[in-house]
Amino acid sequence: MTTTISTAPVRTHVWREALILAGRTLRHWRARPVGFAIQVFFPVLVILLMGGLLGGAIAGSAAQYILFVIPGVLAFTMLSGIETTMIAVTTDATRTVTDRFRSLPISPGAVLLGRVLADMLTSAVELVVITLAGLALGWRWENGVLPALAAYGLLLWLRFGLLWVGVWAGLRVGSPEAVGAVQLLSWPIGFLSTVFVQPSTMPPWLGAIAEHNPLSATASAVRELFTGVHLQGLTWAADHALLFALVGPLVLAAVFCPLAIRAFQGLSR
Amino acid sequence: MTSESAPIFARGVRKHFPGSERPALDGVDLTVRAGRVCALLGGNGAGKTTMIRILTTLTRADEGVVRVAGWDVRAEGTRVRASIGLVGQYAALDEVLSARENLELFGRLAGLDRRRARERAGELLGTAGLQEVGRRPVGSFSGGMRRRLDLATSLITIPAVLFIDEPTTGLDPQARRELWSSVRALTAAGTTVLLTTQYLDEADALADDVVILREGRVIAEGTPGDLKKLVGEPRMELREPTLEDVYMHLHEGVAAS
Ligand SMILES: Nc1ncnc2c1ncn2[C@@H]1O[C@H](COP(=O)(O)OP(=O)(O)OP(=O)(O)O)[C@@H](O)[C@H]1O
Ligand SMILES: [Mg+2]
Repeated sequence: MTTTISTAPVRTHVWREALILAGRTLRHWRARPVGFAIQVFFPVLVILLMGGLLGGAIAGSAAQYILFVIPGVLAFTMLSGIETTMIAVTTDATRTVTDRFRSLPISPGAVLLGRVLADMLTSAVELVVITLAGLALGWRWENGVLPALAAYGLLLWLRFGLLWVGVWAGLRVGSPEAVGAVQLLSWPIGFLSTVFVQPSTMPPWLGAIAEHNPLSATASAVRELFTGVHLQGLTWAADHALLFALVGPLVLAAVFCPLAIRAFQGLSR
Repeated sequence: MTSESAPIFARGVRKHFPGSERPALDGVDLTVRAGRVCALLGGNGAGKTTMIRILTTLTRADEGVVRVAGWDVRAEGTRVRASIGLVGQYAALDEVLSARENLELFGRLAGLDRRRARERAGELLGTAGLQEVGRRPVGSFSGGMRRRLDLATSLITIPAVLFIDEPTTGLDPQARRELWSSVRALTAAGTTVLLTTQYLDEADALADDVVILREGRVIAEGTPGDLKKLVGEPRMELREPTLEDVYMHLHEGVAAS
């Protein structure tokens, strides 16, 4: 055993440390390939189920409906990402892994930044898988590459806003079991939006609620960017989906990022 | 050396968790001199873990002066963290990763490059007797294996001050002895150790100094020898007093007062 007393450097390197912590998530995928595959292919299953079971009833044919639902599922996947974030955050907190990170001479911000990087990357992989499945099912972006890229940017922007909700909630709930409740909630939120059906087919009051759902803004904006066709909505919110898709996540991040940081610092109370 | 520059120096530490009826720590003083092993002894809820968490910057004290490795835990948290190792009461490991990956992860976070982290992981797996199972996910480890890995993880760079919260809870007698000898090897290398324990024989076997906590207050401190003298001459039995006798003696005293 060495006899040197540690004189570890006191300078912290937030990006280096965050990348190492994010790399830990990639190793989790490698250690649990089946779990990761199920997570990534689940949205594809949703597309196939919704298309096959309900597509005929909703849009006249499964093929027609699939074209409609793919952008919606892309947005919905960003919402269900909250669950991935919460599970990771609560698992670390309850297994006291978070405390060990907090006892190391690393930047406190690195723990949160590492989470952000890992989860954004996971979501990007999910978007790629859904896109490939969509292409295989005949879906195309008809409006050129740049608007399509902008659409993916908007999707990840929504994920970024929601990520802070997940970090905050994950630090607050205190047990991985509580995440199940959030998982359940994401379905009514998904159905009460423009993700799966046109609000024009809903009772007007319900349609109005659906059009004000932040998820709808992104789903509609992304549909517009992919097709180049502006969809007439029932409400002002629906007519300005792009604006809402930009502002909504910004508001989420502005509110929940400080709350998440506060909750993280509050661990030392 | 003044006591303020001792590796562990705490004065008047108070901590009252919101919502609990009595403070977890109620004016605790603690000094551990360089290269010594100090055992913080006390029953459930005595405040041992709270004290360790305050010393390791994880929890903030309401009042008091706390310096570790010469640095103020509040103002110089990062410097404190650069000088310490912490083995918490519950193993803090990534359950999905293998033992080796855990060590590499914490090695990288300690600032080692990839190659050096891999080498250090190999060395530590060897010292911890875990080479055989190095590639297995930690989720499949027994309590004793986790404990050993947890200790190894906090020794990636040899810390100036090591904190171990209940090091041998859940270990079998042989594993306990092995852990004791690793702690002794560390102090031989110059590390100062603060450990908590509920076991009197552990404090007796391992510690140079013993501090007995009860309901957040220090009720006795000294070397194991000093404390044994508190009990006085052996009464009924013809044997040396043990720390157990001291503990019972103090408890009777406290209960009577
Ligand atoms: N986060 C917390 N919130 C509220 N009360 C707490 C918290 N942590 C500890 N306590 C309380 O503080 C007191 C001391 O707890 P602590 O964990 O320090 O005891 P301990 O000596 O480590 O006990 P054990 O031997 O059971 O580990 C207990 O009454 C406990 O309930
Ligand atoms: Mg404890």
